[in-house]
Amino acid sequence: MDSFKDWALTAAVFVPLVGMALVMIIPKAEETAIKVTALLTSLVTLAIGIGILADFDYDNTAKMQFQVDKEWIPLINARYHLGIDGISLPLLILTMVIVPLCIIYSWNHFPEPHNPKAFLALILLLEVGMIGTFVALDLVLFFIFFEVVLLPMFFMIGVWGGPNREYASIKFFLFTLFGSALMLVAFLGIYFLSKQQTFDISTLSALEGSGIARGTQVLLFAGLFLGFAIKVPMFPFHTWLPDAHTEAPTVGSVLLAAVLLKLGTYGFVRIALPILPQGAEVWAPWIGLLSVIGIIYGALCCLAQRDMKRLIAFSSVAHMGFVMLGIATLTDFGINAAVFGMVAHGLITGMLFFVAGSMQHRYHTREMSRLGGLLVSAPKMGWILGFCAMASLGLPGLAGFWGEFPAVLSAFEPSALANGIMGNTESTLWTFRTYMVIAAIGTVLAAGYLLWMYQRVGMGEPKPEFEDAHIHDVHVDEWIAWTPLLIGIVVFGLFPNLIFSITDGAASSITRAFSG
Amino acid sequence: MTPYFDYHALAPVIVLTAVTLIALVVDFVWKGSGRQAVPQIAGVGLLLALVPVFTLAADGETRVMFDGAYVVDDYALAFAAFFLIVGYVSLLLSYDYIAEGDFYQGEFYVLLLTSVLGMVIMASSRDLITIFVALETVSLPTFVLAGWRKHDTRSNEAAIKYFIIGVLSTAIMLYGMSLIFGMSGSTLLSDIYKTAGGDNPALFAVAIFLTLVGFAFKVSAVPFHWWAPDTYQGSPMPVTAFLSVASKAAGFVALLSVIFFGFFPSTDSWQPVLWVLAALSIIVGNLAALRQTDIIRMLAYSSIAQGGFILVPLAVAGTNDAAKSSFEAVIIYILIYAAMNLGAFACVIANARRTHSTAVSSFAGLGRTSPAVAVTFSIFLFSLAGIPPFAGWFAKFVMFRSVLDAGTPAAVVLGVIAAVFSVVAFFYYGQVIRQMWFHEPADLGETGPHKVPVALVAAMSITMVVVVVIGVYPQLFARIGDVAFPVV
Repeated sequence: MDSFKDWALTAAVFVPLVGMALVMIIPKAEETAIKVTALLTSLVTLAIGIGILADFDYDNTAKMQFQVDKEWIPLINARYHLGIDGISLPLLILTMVIVPLCIIYSWNHFPEPHNPKAFLALILLLEVGMIGTFVALDLVLFFIFFEVVLLPMFFMIGVWGGPNREYASIKFFLFTLFGSALMLVAFLGIYFLSKQQTFDISTLSALEGSGIARGTQVLLFAGLFLGFAIKVPMFPFHTWLPDAHTEAPTVGSVLLAAVLLKLGTYGFVRIALPILPQGAEVWAPWIGLLSVIGIIYGALCCLAQRDMKRLIAFSSVAHMGFVMLGIATLTDFGINAAVFGMVAHGLITGMLFFVAGSMQHRYHTREMSRLGGLLVSAPKMGWILGFCAMASLGLPGLAGFWGEFPAVLSAFEPSALANGIMGNTESTLWTFRTYMVIAAIGTVLAAGYLLWMYQRVGMGEPKPEFEDAHIHDVHVDEWIAWTPLLIGIVVFGLFPNLIFSITDGAASSITRAFSG
Repeated sequence: MTPYFDYHALAPVIVLTAVTLIALVVDFVWKGSGRQAVPQIAGVGLLLALVPVFTLAADGETRVMFDGAYVVDDYALAFAAFFLIVGYVSLLLSYDYIAEGDFYQGEFYVLLLTSVLGMVIMASSRDLITIFVALETVSLPTFVLAGWRKHDTRSNEAAIKYFIIGVLSTAIMLYGMSLIFGMSGSTLLSDIYKTAGGDNPALFAVAIFLTLVGFAFKVSAVPFHWWAPDTYQGSPMPVTAFLSVASKAAGFVALLSVIFFGFFPSTDSWQPVLWVLAALSIIVGNLAALRQTDIIRMLAYSSIAQGGFILVPLAVAGTNDAAKSSFEAVIIYILIYAAMNLGAFACVIANARRTHSTAVSSFAGLGRTSPAVAVTFSIFLFSLAGIPPFAGWFAKFVMFRSVLDAGTPAAVVLGVIAAVFSVVAFFYYGQVIRQMWFHEPADLGETGPHKVPVALVAAMSITMVVVVVIGVYPQLFARIGDVAFPVV
């Protein structure tokens, strides 16, 4: 057999696909067999991930590792090129961990209309798309995986979602499709204008945009920006997110928050910044502006919500604002913070959606005015919710802090941008420092809405209508699904260097073009 | 002087003609049992005609006949094979529909074969007269086929409208062609290429314009499209599938030949015309499709829009050496479009057999009642919308590729229009998908048989394999586009 490095990534992408095929073959009546197959598939994928973790060369995180580069569509010069570096690795592992947890969580309560076969097949297809996006090193391949993610999520929201699911699912689909259509046009523009006609992300990154005129870079970056910003989602393209999250089944929300949103931010870091550095420099202050608007706007929207899931959804807008602010500084410090923020947000917001889903399952409502006294009715779940809220608001010692705080800090010293809003470095510096102050205010608002939510849902006495209802505390399958995430939140909070040490080298190599 | 005949090169046409005649005689002589055999004979005949196509392709030699009016090269062979396969799938779609309806059977297949014969000739035509004859051989049988359900007024309307449009467009086209002949002194495309209108470019532009308008009718490009929805709706469904795929593709092949082998140097005369046709077809086709409640009408407008997407590469073909990528894009798009649209029609026919309805709402809950058909149909609809990993994405991709290869502002604007409206398109494709998966099955009262007949299953399987395999490994079709590019 060839060495593990040669087939690991291919296997990671396609094992879930094989699992999906198996799930489709097994007759619908054999539910246990279906569930076991799906779980085993995701665990095998995770095992490959652990193998990758063990075999990864941590001294060369900037270098693409586990590379596969084969001919795929010679006519258009698209290649089957996979590889990971220090930025893809944490996100890849995050995906591989989240999926089996989602399957375990669903084990005994599949949302209406039940049908575990279709549901699990879609989760596995989703995993193919997510993993593929994080490991693709060819723009066409990236595009394919980026789009493959759409289908399962569309069905997951549309079939298993809440009352307004049709509207939410089509909105989600159309928004993302619109972005990716223009993104594709931009990809082709890059292909034809770059010095070498290639879709290879490594090669294009090494070229650092040479050969593409500045004005063209600005235009092409706009195309990429739309594609990625809609996925993140950044203000003002975020409007699909609250609807999608509110209507999606619990597991759908978790996957959406934990992984899908990261595809957008990852796209910025992997593709937009290194390939079009001059475009990025022009756009960076504007991206920063939209990020801080997102932070404040998301927070204010949170304060106006009555639906718990919708509140968490808007908090995602705010948190992704921090991530994007880190990226907009175009510094390695900011990008390190951004990648950490992506992982932390994945763990924490994923957990929050899990808890919100479990509460809905018990109370049959997410209306915060009707909920209350969770600490009394189900103390363990109450504490978990409190813990996640603390982590989400950025309490030092938990993972959320290391995503948020360095991102804010990075805005103090953005990359020396010759093309600031006012046209000089000085003004850019002060623009970003203003952003920093606004973002800092955003962290206060975050504390405000999260504590307010916790107060309304967790504290106090249970409302009269639920006094007699028997509210189950955390189930065994919930414990199994949640424990790894909770451990992750603590461990990465205490030892942030576990992630920073991996991302740092890769982040520096991405910002190389801006340091000059 | 007797003209030179290369019987090997003509073999596909000869086989097809022979089989058509045999089918006619069998139907005529053995009235009872013989009629049952006609569809089988037709099917075998189509596949048999493929054999010489493959031997010719293996041979690889370019064969030129009649002073260059009839050429058998890779381009011609690719499309000959394509039309034969499309004809075969159309036959599969028709089999049960025609057998179960109260129709004459034998003639149907004879007419279908004749139309396919015209298409195969079309692929090799490099001369205005040959193209014209081929186009009429394609069209005349379809006028009759459209009116097949002769007791149905809608079918009559479909046939009459289609016939009048056919005659009108032919007249316009012929007028254009006659002007071209007057100026270049030859009907051979290669001569037209060389003379490029001679000393009267303005009149030549008018002639090109008229010819293109004729083709625009044939491929139902906006604003010459208005006959299509009515004709499609009124015709028997398998005929609609045939019209919207095979006969449309034949129109595009003619257009491709005329542009690349004939008009190419006069870029300024044909590019703007095609640009407008493409943009209008994309915009109007997609917007009109949004409002349809009948699946056939929706697919009619969708095919107008898809036709617009096929026109996009043609509209930029003359700029900055984008010729090759445009040529490839048109071919690849046609091949992929045929697979997904025929597949979609197979699913519509399967559903209509059960529900006796073509309303979009008749698909409600199909995911519950017949999941296999629903999955298949969803794949075709996603593919039509251009969602990976189904073949449609590659068709759109090569289209955008040609646009950016040209790189002019006009090309990029057209590309952005195409990008925006390919998103709009999902709205109506998605509407059907929503009906199938997100809605409860409607109470339809009395319904037809649940089981999908074998021929339809075969049609669905063939097209679905193409859509999935090409979606994952597009190089198979890309190669066809690559080798077919003529060295002009």
